[in-house]
Amino acid sequence: MSAYDFLIAPFADYAFMQRALLGGLLIAFSAAPVGVFLMLRRMSLTGDAMAHAILPGAALGFLIFGLELLPMTLGGLIAGALVAAGAGLVARMTVQKEDASLAAFYLISLAFGVMIVSLRGSSIDLMHVLFGSVLALNTQSLIMIGSITGMTILTLGIIWRALVAECLDPGFLRSVSALGPIVHFIFLALVVLNLVAGFQALGTLLSVGLMILPAATARFWTRTALSLCALAVALALLSVIAGLLISYHLAIASGPAVILAAGVLYLASLLVAPRGLVRSNLPKHRHKVA
Amino acid sequence: MMLRSVLASSALLATTSLISPALADDPLRVVASFSILGDMVEVVGGDAVAVTTIVGRGEDAHVYEPVPTDAANVAEADLIFVNGLSFEGSIERLIEASGTTAPVAVASVGINVLMTDEDDHSDHSDHSDHSDHDDHDHDEHAHDGHDDDHDHDEHAHDDHDDHDHDEHAHDDHDDDHDHDEHAHDDHDDHDHDEHAHDDHDHDEHAHDDDGHDDHDHDEHAHDDHHDHDHGPEDPHAWQSLDAAQIYAANIADALCDLDADNCETFEANAAAYGEQLEALHQQYEAQFSDLEASERVFITAHQAFGYLARDFDFTILSPQGLSTESEASAADVARLIDQIRETGAQALFVEANADPRLLEQIASETGVSVSDTPLYSDWLSDEDGPAATYLAMMTHNLNALVAALVTN
Repeated sequence: MSAYDFLIAPFADYAFMQRALLGGLLIAFSAAPVGVFLMLRRMSLTGDAMAHAILPGAALGFLIFGLELLPMTLGGLIAGALVAAGAGLVARMTVQKEDASLAAFYLISLAFGVMIVSLRGSSIDLMHVLFGSVLALNTQSLIMIGSITGMTILTLGIIWRALVAECLDPGFLRSVSALGPIVHFIFLALVVLNLVAGFQALGTLLSVGLMILPAATARFWTRTALSLCALAVALALLSVIAGLLISYHLAIASGPAVILAAGVLYLASLLVAPRGLVRSNLPKHRHKVA
Repeated sequence: MMLRSVLASSALLATTSLISPALADDPLRVVASFSILGDMVEVVGGDAVAVTTIVGRGEDAHVYEPVPTDAANVAEADLIFVNGLSFEGSIERLIEASGTTAPVAVASVGINVLMTDEDDHSDHSDHSDHSDHDDHDHDEHAHDGHDDDHDHDEHAHDDHDDHDHDEHAHDDHDDDHDHDEHAHDDHDDHDHDEHAHDDHDHDEHAHDDDGHDDHDHDEHAHDDHHDHDHGPEDPHAWQSLDAAQIYAANIADALCDLDADNCETFEANAAAYGEQLEALHQQYEAQFSDLEASERVFITAHQAFGYLARDFDFTILSPQGLSTESEASAADVARLIDQIRETGAQALFVEANADPRLLEQIASETGVSVSDTPLYSDWLSDEDGPAATYLAMMTHNLNALVAALVTN
């Protein structure tokens, strides 16, 4: 098999592969930087919790309006925003830390979502609807994903300095500016937006994968926020392309294939990267002499 | 102690009255596992039965979640009907757990079982060679030598008492896809052999205890084929109007065992129903008769229509992995697109209540138009919907096929 057959032909021959590639690349561009900041803010698991929190909104949108993109997306956004705002407010106004309040809110939201699903009976496999597929992206979905990507990159550009400052020292930003909480909530909104974009293509559970895995992988290689973001985007793009090719050549479901490709990159980096498992723990000859 | 024995004896009394429906003149309380079977039981049983279904109208048995009232209905039933062929999955555990003493009748006993093909997935990994389409023929197995058993003159369906219930005909089926060997010509022996069913090594009753959420047949060493969770036997046999006639006869037999007084009514109902089903079959066979083999192709997502395809000599383009249960791979989708381009198939159906997005993308890529009439596979619609009864459902589906394949 020539390199053309292996790498190019699948995308050249099939429009659905081109759409899958475009959708995946758009998501990679926006989700990976968001993931970097989630990681720097020690909120890596927040993405997972928020992904669950989206469920009842999307389910409600589906049950009322059917399989329409806009109501399901808006429903997911509203549910995610409610959980994020609720958790944030409780964390700021009570003794409870944000991890605990977020867990409480997302579990309530998730249970609510499962209840909505079962209320309707099981006439349609709602989980399948919520899981989406990168192979079934229609033009409307691509436009929505593209809009979210544009919005995310623009917003990140605007709040970049505040985000970086807060990551380094949350206390500093809070002391010099009242913008801390606002930046925090804008950032959470970006997380929810990207999850909503991701679940069209990868489903609610796996959409977190393209957010967190490339960011965590990049951390093995570099430090500064900008280089982390650039590397995470590159790794996410690579995962999308590799995952789609694996799905095509090995007949593996496309969503898991993309995320597993990102996982392989993570594990490989863990082994060989400068900040990975091996090289971090090698004896350091130079500085030992003191 | 005293109290406990009083309670125990009253419980015993209650149980006794439950399993002796003949004492009262009440209709038999019958539970059917899903809506289509429930409708058939209502037709055959008439006023002598009161039917409840576990998986109701518009609900998909594949993703059924039990609720307590279902277990209560099962526990109070006089008779329980299931489809068999591993269709019920976790519902069988529900029946077991309910502690019911009612007999469980398998409606599909004696039908000509369709095996889902097992071999043609081995080429998945070698997907690079798109020009080689010989190994992409999904329905080869289903259609091999099909002409023989498709010949309805041999079926002698007028006489519905003599459906061949001989399970032995299926013994060699685990390995053998050749459905010609079903020997449909020996219809005279009325050999409804209940005992043969026991040693028929099908795990309907065997797999209750090992936690098979996913309908998986370990017995058949089929684990690597998670593309269709039912296992090698296609359970959607009601999609065959032929098989449905056997369902009706089986239902009448099971009802007769419990209510001998009404037995003649049941058998007359089943016979009349069978004639309706056969008439429907003949009517649509005539409508499809002008179609060339190359025109008898349609595309749909769920692999529920294998029996319908066998009855009417259709080929269905529907790669594994597009069912409601699993996620498609890019290879599956590419293969379907190739098949559509190669066969020139023009009829694409989405299923009622199923997720149409992937098929819509495939349709737009291949230039095939999506039929505006969805097909019903595993459940009936609401009472005022297009598939309110089994007969209405089959008529609806066949009309949709006529509209897409004949009229166009």
